[in-house]
Amino acid sequence: MGENENNVLLEVKHLKTYYSGRKKSEIVRAVDDVSFIIHAGETLGLVGESGCGKSSLGRTILRLQPAVGGEVLYRGEDIQKLSEKEMRSLRQKMQLVFQNPYASLNPRMTVLESVRAPLDAFHIGTREERYERSREILKYVGLESHQINRYPHEFSGGQRQRVVIARAMITQPDFIVCDEPVSALDVSVRAQVLNLMQNMQRERKVAYLFISHDLSVVKHISDRIAVMYLGKIVELASRDELYEHPMHPYTEALLSAIPIPDADERPKRIILQGDMPSPLKPPGGCRFHTRCRYAMDCCKTQEPKFIYDKQGHGVACHLYKGESGDERIGGKD
Amino acid sequence: MEDTLLLKVNSLSTQFVTKDGVLPAVDHISFDLQRGQVLGVVGESGCGKSVMSMSILKLIEKYGGTVLKGSSVLLEGRELLNLPEREMRNVRGREISMISQDPMTALNPVFTIGQQMVETLCRHKRMTRKQAKETAVEWLTRVGISEPEKRMKEYPHQLSGGMCQRVVIAMALSCHSKILIADEPTTALDVTIQAQILDLFREMKEQTGAAIILITHDMGVVADMADIIMVMYAGKAVEFGSKEQLFRKPRHPYTQGLLASVPRLDVQVETLYSIPGTVPNLKKPIKGCVFYDRCPKAERRCAESVPPQSVMKDGGTVACWLYAKAEETIDGRE
Repeated sequence: MGENENNVLLEVKHLKTYYSGRKKSEIVRAVDDVSFIIHAGETLGLVGESGCGKSSLGRTILRLQPAVGGEVLYRGEDIQKLSEKEMRSLRQKMQLVFQNPYASLNPRMTVLESVRAPLDAFHIGTREERYERSREILKYVGLESHQINRYPHEFSGGQRQRVVIARAMITQPDFIVCDEPVSALDVSVRAQVLNLMQNMQRERKVAYLFISHDLSVVKHISDRIAVMYLGKIVELASRDELYEHPMHPYTEALLSAIPIPDADERPKRIILQGDMPSPLKPPGGCRFHTRCRYAMDCCKTQEPKFIYDKQGHGVACHLYKGESGDERIGGKD
Repeated sequence: MEDTLLLKVNSLSTQFVTKDGVLPAVDHISFDLQRGQVLGVVGESGCGKSVMSMSILKLIEKYGGTVLKGSSVLLEGRELLNLPEREMRNVRGREISMISQDPMTALNPVFTIGQQMVETLCRHKRMTRKQAKETAVEWLTRVGISEPEKRMKEYPHQLSGGMCQRVVIAMALSCHSKILIADEPTTALDVTIQAQILDLFREMKEQTGAAIILITHDMGVVADMADIIMVMYAGKAVEFGSKEQLFRKPRHPYTQGLLASVPRLDVQVETLYSIPGTVPNLKKPIKGCVFYDRCPKAERRCAESVPPQSVMKDGGTVACWLYAKAEETIDGRE
């Protein structure tokens, strides 16, 4: 959203998250040298297929998973250098919403208790105030006062996810990592939850890192979008720019693969061959070259740099040169 | 038309008796499926899509469901619902095959791909093991699996989700099934793999002429694949029609709401339409229309009596009072 252009909330610099495989020599580079910024109050969509490292990235940003290298700057401060105590208090400002609303609420706590728990944990306000605030936010997300003392199993998936969002919002965070928040929900309920998230964002100026594999949903909710493939961000641009002028061949294929709910003729699909390679041994050079229809010799050996054009549309692909912008050197249109 | 009719489902109803009441999971569903046709069945979780397919295959009793009297499933004129289990076993897998959502659980983890394919072929096509092996390799190649001989010796966990789904499809097609029931076949897969599998379905349909019942919650997938579409809500078929009609001129308020609430790549809207409320509890008897309490166009009669199935001029049907006008309606099925 325009007015926040220069208001950088979070800056991720060359972030790396590695896991060790079964053998010591095996390393999974789940997040491999990823950089981007998130402005206050905006939504950055993060898309990619399963196993591309989207969730690892989200968790690393919140320091739920240690980084191997790089920095995560929250309002200019590297959160990885914070002490446990400092980090704990910062967690009020950085929250998380998971995919599965059935697993992220404690089944033995009423929804009111669950929503109040963050306030209790951070000793915010008096007992009455905490109760009042919890009740208020539950009402805001659409739960009636007679429902708030019920247990999670008494609610539908959509209602539960709204409770989870209420819980994430109650400490008035300014950044929430939403990891596939609507993937487990049905179409009609999904719209309710997406609308709720958008309204809350408008009113509370919270920034979202919205992780999803669903490009239609991401398009709907995001201001800017990053596309991830095998631990790398391959393209990053504003929403309209990305969907109208996808630059990276992977983004192009991803977009063309989405079935459109319409009976009309549609442009020919680009079918990617094969599966995503194992992140244990990603291909050398450009990681996408094994499935890329434009692959050239240099793609097999040289890793493409992430470059921006004049409009701030970033891409990591040998088809494009930096700086001079739109100049295309490859066979693409 | 006579000989192209493959499957005729008439007034199929399935209930579950639970301790809090009777649950009508599938309620008077009727449709015709022609040879080579793709029927898309859409609806949200719990609408009865899967119960319907299990009922057609007579597998629902294992899960405690009862198919009510008066239901009929005719496969090429033969009533399946009163076939003895012995004969039904020959129908399943040979004439009607099922492709489930999760290919990993559809395959047996302790047998190799080859063992499972060969067993199916020996059982259904009475082949010798040698013939079966050759046929299996041939089909694995046809569904696009590289190095099929090597894959035959591998176990399901060694294959990716997309590959497993290809194996399941190869298994179904190698027995020359006339109908494939695909229950959310691509839901567990990534979009790029989904595109591969949908392409494969299309190709296989062309080659084998099999009809497909494609069950999904994804409006995009149905738009892409189906010829005719049935929209289910709370166990009922609320709307039935050709793909073109359904997407261009959806009739039932539920179909309209469903289409409006899907975020789309080609259209940008500020706020998505959302259908208010949630799916009703079917264990409590509903007097009127099942969609009444969520419907923006509800009238008093909607709460009081069940809307008739109106058959429209273009052959589509819709169960909604808004369309229950004499001139457009030939007497409904109810």
